[in-house]
Amino acid sequence: MNYIPNILFLIILVLSIGFFAANVKKLFRNINLGKDVDVSDNKSQRWKNMAKIALGQTKMVVRPIAGFLHIIVYVGFVIINIEVVEIIIDGLFGTHRVFAPLGAAYNFLIGSFEILAALVIIAIVIFWIRRNIVRIQRFIKSEMKGWPKTDANLILYFEVILMTLFLVMNAADNQLQQLGADHYVKAGAFPVSSFLLPLLDGMSISSLIIVERVAWWLHIIGILCFLNYLYYSKHLHILLAFPNTYYGKLKPKGELDNLEAVTNEVKLMMDPDADPYAAPAEDAPEPEKFGASDVSDLNWVQLLNAYTCTECGRCTSECPANQTGKKLSPRKIMMDTRDRLEEVGKNIDANKGSFVADGKQLLGDYITNEELWACTSCNACVEACPISIDPLSIIMDMRRYLVMEESAAPSDLNNMMGNIENNGAPWPFNQMDRLNWKNES
Amino acid sequence: MSNELKVPTMAELFAAGKQPEVLFWVGCAGSFDDRAKKITKAFVKILNKANVSFAVLGTEESCTGDPAKRSGNEFLFQMQAVTNIEVMNSYGVKKVVTACPHCFNTIKNEYPGLGGTYEVVHHTQFLKQLLEDGKMSLEGGSYKGKRITYHDPCYLGRANNVYEAPRELIRKLDAELVEMKNCKKKGLCCGAGGAQMFKEPEEGTMDVNIKRTEEALDTKPEIIAAGCPFCNTMMTDGVKNKEKESDVAVMDIAELIANAQDL
Repeated sequence: MNYIPNILFLIILVLSIGFFAANVKKLFRNINLGKDVDVSDNKSQRWKNMAKIALGQTKMVVRPIAGFLHIIVYVGFVIINIEVVEIIIDGLFGTHRVFAPLGAAYNFLIGSFEILAALVIIAIVIFWIRRNIVRIQRFIKSEMKGWPKTDANLILYFEVILMTLFLVMNAADNQLQQLGADHYVKAGAFPVSSFLLPLLDGMSISSLIIVERVAWWLHIIGILCFLNYLYYSKHLHILLAFPNTYYGKLKPKGELDNLEAVTNEVKLMMDPDADPYAAPAEDAPEPEKFGASDVSDLNWVQLLNAYTCTECGRCTSECPANQTGKKLSPRKIMMDTRDRLEEVGKNIDANKGSFVADGKQLLGDYITNEELWACTSCNACVEACPISIDPLSIIMDMRRYLVMEESAAPSDLNNMMGNIENNGAPWPFNQMDRLNWKNES
Repeated sequence: MSNELKVPTMAELFAAGKQPEVLFWVGCAGSFDDRAKKITKAFVKILNKANVSFAVLGTEESCTGDPAKRSGNEFLFQMQAVTNIEVMNSYGVKKVVTACPHCFNTIKNEYPGLGGTYEVVHHTQFLKQLLEDGKMSLEGGSYKGKRITYHDPCYLGRANNVYEAPRELIRKLDAELVEMKNCKKKGLCCGAGGAQMFKEPEEGTMDVNIKRTEEALDTKPEIIAAGCPFCNTMMTDGVKNKEKESDVAVMDIAELIANAQDL
C-alpha cells in the first residue's frame, strides 16, 4: 500500500493547525495587553446573550436582507463542516467516505450539505453584488479603501471556491460510483452536484479519479488555508463573535463606568481629615493614567471588540455624526484599534517579548481629536452592532485622556466645564437664581 | 385657577419637619433655559393639580455632571455627583423625578456607584403612573385627532429602554401618533448629546438636528413631541431652519398634558 498521501495529509494538517494555534496564542497575548476588567458577573445572562445574539443571530435580522443571507452562509458553513470530520478521517487513514455505512442517514447528510452549498453560493454572489455592483454606502466608506475591501472580497472568493470544490468532488465521485470504479462505494445523495454530471460525460475513470482527488485535496487544503487566513482578516468574527457577545455590556447603554482612580482622588479631596500636604507613601503605586491614548490603556474586552469587528459598517451607517458628513466613523474606531494593537503585537514579537516605544499611539496617529469630538454619545452604533461591540466606550476613554491628561477639549467645552465648576450649571448663571423660574410669568 | 405655582423646596419642608414623596430634579435647562422653563412650569402645574407631594432642591441643586462626564472630565463629574448625592442623602431622598433624560440617566445609573441610590423616573413615566393611579385624568381636548410625532431622546430610549410611557400619554390625548422612519431603538439623535449642545459641531455636510427635523417633518406632523429639553431646543431650531415654525410646534409631553387640562 502507498502511504505517501496519508503522510502528506498528516503533515499538512499538523502544520496548518500548528500555525493557527501559534496565531491564536498571539491573539490571546495581544488581547491581554488590555487592562483587566471584571466581567465575571451575571453568568446566566451572559450565556443567554451569547446564545441569542451569536448563535441565534437575533441582531443580524434587524436588517432582513443581509440578515437572511448571512444566516444561510452561517448555517451552511457550520453544517457543511461536519463533512470536514469525514475528510480528515479519510485523509489520515486512507479510507473513502468512511461514514457511508450510515446508509440513509449518510445520504440525507450529504444531500443537505449539497443543498446548503448551493444556497451559500447564491448568498455569496448576492453579497458580492451588493458590495461591488450595487455599492451599498456602508461598504464603500473611506475606511474601506485598500486592504479592507480586498479582505472582504477575498473572503467571498474563498467561500465560493470551497463550495464549488465540494460540489465538483461530489459530482466526480457520483460519476465514479455509477461507473463502478474500485474504492468508490455507492453512497450519498447528490441533489445539486448531479447537475454537473454532463460536464464529466465521457471522461475515463482515471481522469475522473484525478478530478475527484484534485477537488478533494484542494477542498481540504482550502479549508485549512481559510482557517489560517482568519487571524489576518476581519473574518475572525466567526470565532470571536461568541466570546464577544458573552462579554458584551449588560448595564443600561446610557451608563458609563465611574473611573475608580478618580473616585479615590475625589474622596481624598472631600475628606476634611485628609492632610493636603501629605507626601505619597513610598510604596504607593504610580498614579493611574486617566483615560486612553493607546491600546494598552483600554481594557481587554475593548481589545476583543476590535478583533471581533467584521467591518459590516452598520454602526457607521446609523451614526448621526457620520450621516451628516463628519469624520467620525465608529467602525473606523474599531479598525484603528485593531491595526494599532497588531502593530504593538508585531513590535513585541520583533523585540523578544517586550514592547519598545515606537513614538506612535492610537490617539493622533490613528484616531484624530476631530473624530472623537464629533460623537453625540447617542449609542446608535452600540445598538446597531450585531455582535455587541461598544465603540462608544473607546471614544469616551479617549476623550477622558484628552481632557484630564492633556486639557485638550474644544474651547466651547472648556467654557461649559468652567461654568459647571463655578456656578453648577453649564451656562453662566448663578446657582442662587436656580429657582427664579417659579416667580417668572 | 390661580397662576401661583406651589413649588416647595426640600429645605422648607425639612424645616417644617415634612418629607415629600418625590424630589423633582429640575435640571440646569429646566432652571435656566427660557424654553425649558416653560416645560418645568407645565410639569409643576400638573403636579399641583394632582396634589402630588413633591419638592425641589432649588438653590441647592447643581448640575448632575452629565455634560462634564461625556466631555471626558470625570473629575468634574464626580465632584458634582458627590456633592449632589450628599445633599440628596441628607434630605433622605428616596424617589426622584426629572424632565431631563440626561439627569435621569446620570442619577439613575451613575450615582449609585458613588453612594446615591434612588428610585429615578422620567416625568413621562411619572405622569403615566399618575394616570394609572387615577390621580390625573386626561382627555384630548384641543389635541384630539392632531398628528403628533414623537422624537425619542437617546438618553431615555436607547440608553434606558423607555419607549412606551411617552407614547402612551400621546395616545391618551386621542391624538394621531405618527412614527418617524427612524424611531425607538433606531431613533436618530437630535445632535445635542455627549456635550454637543455646548459646542460648535465638527465640519460636515449638515447639522444633525436638521437631519432629524427633516425626518420628523416627513411625517407631516402638526406637533413634534419631545421628552428632553435639549432635544426640544434642537428640534425647535431645526423647524425654524426649515421655516415651518408657523405650522409645526415642538412641545414637551408635559406641556401637551398641561394644555389638554387647561392648566
